[in-house]
Amino acid sequence: MMAKTPVQFSLNGSSAAVFVDDAQNLLDVLRRGVGDLTPKYGCGQGTCGSCTVLIDGEPHLSCLTLAETVEGRSVETTNGLAAGPNLHALQEAFMENFAAQCGYCTPGMLMAAKALLDRTPRPSREEVIEAISGNICRCTGYDPIIDAIMAASGQATRRTG
Amino acid sequence: MVTITTVDTLQEAAASSGQGSSLLGGGTLLMRGVNYGDQDVSRIVRLRQPTPLAGISSEGERIRLGAFATMATIMKSGDTAFLHPVARAVGGPAIRNMATVGGNIFAPHPYGDFAVALLVLDARLRMSDGSEMDLDRLLPVRDTETRLVESVSALRPAGDDFRFLKVTRVKPRGASVLSIAAWLPRRAGRVSGARVAFGAMAPTPVRVPEVEAALEGVNLDQNGIERALQSVANNLNPPDDSLASGWYRKAVAPVHLGRLLLGQGTR
Amino acid sequence: MSSVEFRKDLFREERDDNLQEIGKPTRRQDILGHVTGRSPYYDDHLFDGLLHMRCVRSPHHHARIRSIDTGAAERMPGVIRVILARDVPNNLNTLLSLINFGKDEEKLIQDTKVAYVGEPVAAIIAETDRQARDACAAVKVDYEVLPHVLDPEEALSPQAPVVNEVYPNNTFDYHDLYDHQKLRFGDVDKGFAEADHIVEGEYQMSPIEQAPIETCGAIAAPETNDRYVCYTSTQALFFSLGTTAKLLDMPSSRLHFIGGTVGGGFGGKVDSIVEPLSVLGAVLAGRPVKFMWDRTEEMQVGAPRGAERWRIKDGVARDGRILARAFTGFFDAGAYTRLSSYAIIKCSAHLPGPYTIPNVAANVFCVFTNRTPATAMRGFGITGVDFAIECHMDKVAEAVGLNPIELRILNAYRDGDMKPHRRLAKNTALIECCQVAAQKSGWSIGAEAARQSSLLGGGGPRAEIPETVTDMAGQIGERRRSVIPTAPGEGASARGNVPAGTQGIPIVAAAPQDEDMIMDPSRTGYRGPSSTPTRIPEAAIATDTRPQAAAPASPPPPAARPGPVAPSGSSQVLQPALQPALSPPAPQASPEPPATAPQPPAPDAASQPYKPEKPFSRGVNRPGVSRFLSGSRRR
Repeated sequence: MMAKTPVQFSLNGSSAAVFVDDAQNLLDVLRRGVGDLTPKYGCGQGTCGSCTVLIDGEPHLSCLTLAETVEGRSVETTNGLAAGPNLHALQEAFMENFAAQCGYCTPGMLMAAKALLDRTPRPSREEVIEAISGNICRCTGYDPIIDAIMAASGQATRRTG
Repeated sequence: MVTITTVDTLQEAAASSGQGSSLLGGGTLLMRGVNYGDQDVSRIVRLRQPTPLAGISSEGERIRLGAFATMATIMKSGDTAFLHPVARAVGGPAIRNMATVGGNIFAPHPYGDFAVALLVLDARLRMSDGSEMDLDRLLPVRDTETRLVESVSALRPAGDDFRFLKVTRVKPRGASVLSIAAWLPRRAGRVSGARVAFGAMAPTPVRVPEVEAALEGVNLDQNGIERALQSVANNLNPPDDSLASGWYRKAVAPVHLGRLLLGQGTR
Repeated sequence: MSSVEFRKDLFREERDDNLQEIGKPTRRQDILGHVTGRSPYYDDHLFDGLLHMRCVRSPHHHARIRSIDTGAAERMPGVIRVILARDVPNNLNTLLSLINFGKDEEKLIQDTKVAYVGEPVAAIIAETDRQARDACAAVKVDYEVLPHVLDPEEALSPQAPVVNEVYPNNTFDYHDLYDHQKLRFGDVDKGFAEADHIVEGEYQMSPIEQAPIETCGAIAAPETNDRYVCYTSTQALFFSLGTTAKLLDMPSSRLHFIGGTVGGGFGGKVDSIVEPLSVLGAVLAGRPVKFMWDRTEEMQVGAPRGAERWRIKDGVARDGRILARAFTGFFDAGAYTRLSSYAIIKCSAHLPGPYTIPNVAANVFCVFTNRTPATAMRGFGITGVDFAIECHMDKVAEAVGLNPIELRILNAYRDGDMKPHRRLAKNTALIECCQVAAQKSGWSIGAEAARQSSLLGGGGPRAEIPETVTDMAGQIGERRRSVIPTAPGEGASARGNVPAGTQGIPIVAAAPQDEDMIMDPSRTGYRGPSSTPTRIPEAAIATDTRPQAAAPASPPPPAARPGPVAPSGSSQVLQPALQPALSPPAPQASPEPPATAPQPPAPDAASQPYKPEKPFSRGVNRPGVSRFLSGSRRR
């Protein structure tokens, strides 16, 4: 019988409690244990960034995070971005700037961008590029994504297309 | 099957280590192995509270980094400004929030760029049993070492004596085609006591004594560094991987070393 | 930074400028789902009691399987079921069999021989992903390692190991006749003889992984109505459905496939490998099963755009006009066909690129090697050769001392020109592209080149089909017996001619197999093909211009084997007009098409109308025809 460990943490401001398997990663626990499907599996090895979540406000790769290490900590996912019916400024800007094609990298991109804007409300374009440097978009829409993050920070975008 | 053992101190962790056990640092390499079913990992030993081993402190002309200090912590500390470019070269922001100094020392090829920098900064390790050990002695035997690393002490270089460069295929971040660190103290403009280390050019980060010797007493100009550049290929036998062939690494290493020494490619 | 500029000044007369969407920012209709993380990718469906499947994969390029010992794996914690080849009901397939192109040749799970690193030999279903992985590691496979071949030209050597027993010559069989796809237009030898320069080049492209961020995968689960639901990442839902039905020998009406939200595909999600396995898992376990590749599998066994090698030989006049161009191409298909065979058909119809060259020939080989099978990627069949062609254009420009952009404009196709696949070019725009590119990059071109237009100077003599020299070199199996040249025309013992102006061999369209397939003009608005012999419309004949037979030597046209032909409407498999063994090709003086009148299909038993015993399930049993018909039946 596999050991199950209880883990309690804050998920997007609400309390979450779940039993985790030994060595289960946070991505798997969020998706299958808690039912928050917004972080995505892309590689399981920390190279793609599509599972990016914020832990205590800082971006982390949930696929490489041992689930039980988030005990008592605060986890944020794309599911918590909108306030009720009102989308987050980043979400609006991603929609407006065509910053997604297949959409699979989008939740990770949004969380990496949120971590940046929470700390640096008016980043330079270079800081934006740095902030999403661990997130791969394979449809290669980086320019619109960077534009969208700049727009969400209230700065004029360089319109592409 | 993988089991988790949670302990309170590094000494407990060392005592409970054994075949198939691995200490969880940032998880960037260990959890990857776990996710992929690495049969060599059957037990994860983790510290309940790693924060006490994650600090950065100044010790005279040296700096001490806790083994659990992350790349992000190093980038936030004013004491480690000279290491900011090195820490920034390790992964994206999320990886840097997780990846630790201690983990980097044990990171297999092509990872471990931070250890390359530590190598030229005369890094000394404090081990879990209280003993001290030079980093360049640990690296060749790191796969069989049973003691754990508690902290690392490194020289704090002056001016532009310390230089670091990482070459990647993907911009702005990617795994190493190669990385180079150099410590180049000079007397009256001439190099004296240089240290040069390479990452991804051997199974572990390595210093290259022949290159260091060839830099002794030279000016850092094209003529002065020529012999050092020539000795790179003769003294390194880099591995092939999906990022680059050994042949390619050997071919480009002198070019990048030249840029680093001439101050053209420092990042 | 990218920027898009719309050059509405170009081809202004060809359109009404009333395009209200193009050039204006718009919102994607699926964007709200993307930014809220709620777009339903296949893995975003939760099932109680979900099981996880992983594969045991070959560590060898090429090896015989002596035995597989799954005893230890079966006893491991959490293991529900070990699946071997014998558990796959109909364990042989080729993806394009659904459109009757190629022979069944690939097993879903191997039991006799592995032909590439990563080929699956067993699949294990367990309670958790980690348990499935641990069990995979405990499976013991005894391999006898065999010599392997990784280079397509080495694979053509008579001594090369046989990669794929169904194609023992290591080449895909084209039209049941040749070991390569032929394209013949005019007479390249004549063109070379007239040329002032001969420019030759060789170009090699490595495989490219599509690398979608969402890895290939599927979740299958029993439904309550005796069906199986399958959520999949596929780019080709009905390929995946049909392939699953065929491999599992299950009526497709029992399969409920749901796709449509794909986390990046780029061609790498058409191969329908994960769906049959996950459904088989759900059948055998009676529970929901997820089969999701990890990133390593995506890179190692995910079929890439295959490697290609091209040799191009141009005959060029002093003024830069290209008089003849010959291609020899090798597509590295890897161990199994997947889509490489068809990529070559499409590629051949594209040659010689966007240029008008009066004499063109190509031999293109689909070669099996012990590499990961190759499949589609963006620009399917075209990208590799275009890279070669454009590199070669620069080489030609250097050889004749011309500005490379001017050289392209000089040789560019224009509206109304005849292409070697015997279709007239229309809506050409290469000249304007070159002019704008030159202007944007500050590359000066002469006044003459700047004056040219795609709309002017085409057609006329450039619209004519020249007399075409053909040959029969490279018949199936020939290369196994001795080394013979691969380049067009070389080593040909007999040549034939297709007279000028002739498109090729007439074929007869397949007769409707059932009443419900008869076209009803009032319903479809399409009157259907004329009842007279159809001129082969495009690629096929041109790309397979086999010698025109003298009429008396011809066996009757395809009546003996009606029905299913090549993939899609763009290319048709030709029935041999001439058995090479019977008579050598005879030059034909008459410009008439072959005299043998096409006949309606003979009413022999083999071509009786298809009467399925079960709808959409088992298919017809006709020699040489896939028994699975959900694709072709409704063509």
